[in-house]
Amino acid sequence: MDTAASAASQPAPQTAYTPEEERRVIRNTRGLPIGIKPKMVWTWPKAIIWALVAITCAIGWSVLALARGERISAVWFLVVALCSYAIAYRFYAYYIQIKIMRTNDANATPAERVHDGANFERADRRVLFGQHFAAISGAGPLVGPILAAQMGYLPSVLWIILGVIFAGAVQDMLMLWISAKRRGRSFGQMATDEMGKIGGVIISVFLVVVTAIAMAFLALVAIKAMASSPWAVFSLGMTIPIALVMGCYERFLRPGRVIETTALGFVLLVAAIVGGGMIASNPTLAPIFTLDAKQLVVALVVYSFAAAALPHWLLVTPRDYLSTLMKIGTLALLVVGIVIANPQVDMPGISTLAARSDGPTFSGNLFPFLFITIACGALSGFHGAVSSGLTPKAVEKENQIRMIGYGSMLVESFTAIIALIAAITISQGVYFSLNMSAPQIEAAAGSAYSASASPEQNAVAAVGNMDVKDIEGNQMQVTWQSHGTTYKGAEALTQAAHDVGEESIVSRTGGATTFAIGMANFLKSYLGGEGTMAFWYHFAIMFEALFILTTVDNGTRVARYQIGDLLGNVRRLRRFADPTWRPGNLVTTFIATAAWGTMLYMGVADANGGINAMVPIFGISNQLLAAGCLMLVTVCVVKAGLTKYAWIPAVPLAWDVAVTFTADFQKIFDPQLGYFAAASAWRAKIDSGALDPAALAAAHASLSNAYLDGALSVFFLVMMTAFLAVGLKVCVATVRSRRYGVEFTSEDPFVESSWFAPSGLLATKLERKARAEYELMTGAAARVDERRDEDLDDDAEARPLAGVAVGVPA
Amino acid sequence: MTGAPAAWAARLWRGVVWYLRELSGEARYDHYVERMRREHPDRTPLGEREFLRERERHEREHPNTSCCC
Repeated sequence: MDTAASAASQPAPQTAYTPEEERRVIRNTRGLPIGIKPKMVWTWPKAIIWALVAITCAIGWSVLALARGERISAVWFLVVALCSYAIAYRFYAYYIQIKIMRTNDANATPAERVHDGANFERADRRVLFGQHFAAISGAGPLVGPILAAQMGYLPSVLWIILGVIFAGAVQDMLMLWISAKRRGRSFGQMATDEMGKIGGVIISVFLVVVTAIAMAFLALVAIKAMASSPWAVFSLGMTIPIALVMGCYERFLRPGRVIETTALGFVLLVAAIVGGGMIASNPTLAPIFTLDAKQLVVALVVYSFAAAALPHWLLVTPRDYLSTLMKIGTLALLVVGIVIANPQVDMPGISTLAARSDGPTFSGNLFPFLFITIACGALSGFHGAVSSGLTPKAVEKENQIRMIGYGSMLVESFTAIIALIAAITISQGVYFSLNMSAPQIEAAAGSAYSASASPEQNAVAAVGNMDVKDIEGNQMQVTWQSHGTTYKGAEALTQAAHDVGEESIVSRTGGATTFAIGMANFLKSYLGGEGTMAFWYHFAIMFEALFILTTVDNGTRVARYQIGDLLGNVRRLRRFADPTWRPGNLVTTFIATAAWGTMLYMGVADANGGINAMVPIFGISNQLLAAGCLMLVTVCVVKAGLTKYAWIPAVPLAWDVAVTFTADFQKIFDPQLGYFAAASAWRAKIDSGALDPAALAAAHASLSNAYLDGALSVFFLVMMTAFLAVGLKVCVATVRSRRYGVEFTSEDPFVESSWFAPSGLLATKLERKARAEYELMTGAAARVDERRDEDLDDDAEARPLAGVAVGVPA
Repeated sequence: MTGAPAAWAARLWRGVVWYLRELSGEARYDHYVERMRREHPDRTPLGEREFLRERERHEREHPNTSCCC
């Protein structure tokens, strides 16, 4: 293994290539080495390592697939995921790189072509990997797998891993590739360029609607975890003053000291979580911070409108710092926690609910609704917008696209695996008690339900009545381990609530609470022990809620610009496209906030808790957007004359279309699952006049929810059918007329690069030699910056970067 | 041999600091000054505060999309 340290210990740059190596060095017309041709060089040690990885992977998969009647360790999930990712990254992604992307380091990337120092600035590949991951990761992968776990772990783990390998990561990487080839143009612009005006408009409208739905759904998840919890409300509320303190600190006291500011914020955040515990146990203060779901919606909407109006440095930017830190830091803590805690899986590989369509967390058959529910952890259409945002403008060399695009999505999928582990290692009875709404518990408990019993007792009755077995084949149980004692039944639920510092944990639908309990279990195993369960639980809630709040802020901001752009297309409203026009800003912010706020309020008011109704619409919209991405990529691949390899995006496209269109059809027409069927059922209930006022209000909310979701389903179906039809037409026209190649696309023509950077995470021996030669020839080696660390193999000692364009760009 | 682990640890530490500064954008101003020095030696670069305000204004007017799911 060529480590970085060995390079650093060599004082003189070694530039003698073997003839074999010399053939792989790409030189520009000035003779500068500007890249290395990708090639798989096999040596015996490498072959042995890959053989071992493959064998481990096969063993891991067989353990997961064949475990029957005995508990398995959750570490197997990590092993299977990591080995599969490694193989996919090394071989399949490489195959796509060679056959489709044909990345050529002789060609300059947008960062080098434009290089305005603002957005088009070269970023070191390892830094860009981190930034791209932070941009694509959201709360979606933490929610979907938890809800999907009701069918057992096997379908979920298969789809999360195979889905990301063959669909999600392929989509992300190829979107990054087509955008990098087109000067970093956005998704909507590329759709217009390659598929005409209709394609572009459809994508632009779709993005606004998908953003609003995603915000409403994720905010609903956060609110479900925070409702009636003074601890969570206090600590999350404290993030506002914390952000203000951080913002002022960075603005006035220590300008530009981001790391210091973030560290300060983190300390305050931990203090806020600890303080929340004191608030929750204080009988006079606790009621002040006990808010119900509807009050929280109002608070959230008002807050987010205010956040959009305040200057960014004051609130939004500091909170971004915190959530990025939490995102990456917590993920690392969790992986260590799972390995140390080594939890046992309680959920069977395939549960009885997998064969039914009336499971509590989501309704519908495994096909297509499991795939719709998992959504972002395996394939996320929204990443198309991110991959055509800042990243393609900052990538240094074409050969780095595989690592940044494919690699980041693999990490995102890994988060989904961690969420799945959290859901399947808690007692199955606890899982269902948490994830069933009160009406579902009543229905499942049947005759065992008693209006006078506590919610815990009813939940236990429902769990006992459901036909679901645990991994050992026994009827599932509600159990809870605490301080060495195992509690059973209603006592387990009371003890669990007590351990995490809540009044009750029954019917905390939405997945956030389940995830937080799992996460607290992993973290307490090595950080603080049993007594810290409540702290870690609220740390986890904070982690998710912070994530979601940042999402809501960013989403509102992005939606506001998208709406401004859309309105700007109309001649008399052209002024809305100008982002500096304040009245226009206020109007578009209001439209954006109103859109997701209304949906959120309707979700909260829903008689069934809203999650069940919103999961499919969220998943369908996201996965349909993914179909849009894959269609656009397929069009670009066909136009490039690579029809032979068009199956690489076309197969996941076909699968995704099958999944989304089946789901959407069922949601429109099915008499059991359909939104319109639900609407008429609610209408009948309302007309019967048998409901008391509270139930009547809830029924009205459910009715309008059903109509809204039904209308959205129809809208999605029509829009995406039109988009796919346009895409197919373009493909067929291209193949018929044989108009292949750069001149028939919006791709930028070749421009020679004069920049060198390695391709992978670690520079290879050959890359280090080439870099040494490059530096010798450009004289850059003379200006080695001592602040930079040679251990990191830095290839960019003399990078002419600038934060703001020298002649500030328009 | 006693110096080797210390040197290694120091290098690792500098690597971590470098990565965090780059990732968080803290190093952006340094890059800007460096570039100004190289490409426009005749002009005085903006002070750090002015630079950060310019940067903030630029970001406000050119929002970037991060994922909402």
